[in-house]
Amino acid sequence: MQLRNELSQVRTSWYFLIAVIIIYVIVAWVNFTIFSSSLIFFYRLIVKIVPIFVLIFILMTFTNLFITPHFITRHFKEPGIKKWIFVIIGGILSTGPIYMWYPLLADLREKGVDNGFIAAFLYSRAIKIPLLPVIIFYFSLKYIIALTVVMIGFSVIQGITVNKILPPKH
Amino acid sequence: MFTTVRLKQSAAKTARSLSKILPLILGMILLISLIAASIPRIFYAAVFRNNPLLDSIIGSVIGSISTGPPITSYILGGEFLKAGVSLVAVTAFMVAWVTVGVIQLPAESIMLGIRFAIIRNVTSFIFSILVAIITVLLFHVL
Repeated sequence: MQLRNELSQVRTSWYFLIAVIIIYVIVAWVNFTIFSSSLIFFYRLIVKIVPIFVLIFILMTFTNLFITPHFITRHFKEPGIKKWIFVIIGGILSTGPIYMWYPLLADLREKGVDNGFIAAFLYSRAIKIPLLPVIIFYFSLKYIIALTVVMIGFSVIQGITVNKILPPKH
Repeated sequence: MFTTVRLKQSAAKTARSLSKILPLILGMILLISLIAASIPRIFYAAVFRNNPLLDSIIGSVIGSISTGPPITSYILGGEFLKAGVSLVAVTAFMVAWVTVGVIQLPAESIMLGIRFAIIRNVTSFIFSILVAIITVLLFHVL
């Protein structure tokens, strides 16, 4: 299922790019002024984004190196408040597409991990440390601090809410 | 343990995962450029009304039904902000994009159960509105 999802994702990415290029060809034919100003805008945006991509590559490489599914599974067994802290940190540091984590999370639930912790893990995945340079570039450091603090708080609220609606069976 | 071989393997894995989404990001940037060059700012003013609650709901709905790597949502959000869309709407849009997964709902339902998937996505949608409003309030206080 994972391989099929990945192949489908790659194909969709290319189809999307080809579709946009076709739109550009049509626009160039209909209105060359909009076509040329779009390309100028695209060039300026790419020039700004490329250095950020290099930084993202370095941060992602180090995250992939240290945060593995084995590392996550081991720490999901921590007791009490430590488990909450680990679940949120684990979610923040986890990488890759969300569906890649579903089998592991389903397995953890089979082993007795509450729905709330699974939900909190998935929620905190929204905070992406390797992508911070992009957010800082577009918004500001002050904004990302505010968003991160609120998101961490809501990861816990999400976990508690899901546990209230779907209480643990054990 | 940290070794050069593991670092190389990790760099190769990162390069593979970034190369998979590269066409999508390029396409998205091309589309953003086209929209920015052809749609006047008045369009955004018509969709977003400068009402924090309504704008965050609209942002969350658009974010929930959109899909793709989070980086795309940040680039789109940043360009929306430059086009004059309010920060609360942009925040709701980005938070819903990464926390609500309407497109991934079937996969999540199969792996984690339909009740869990629906409850998680519905609460994530409601929280994306609250997160946006609180974040912007905190941003102005800091």
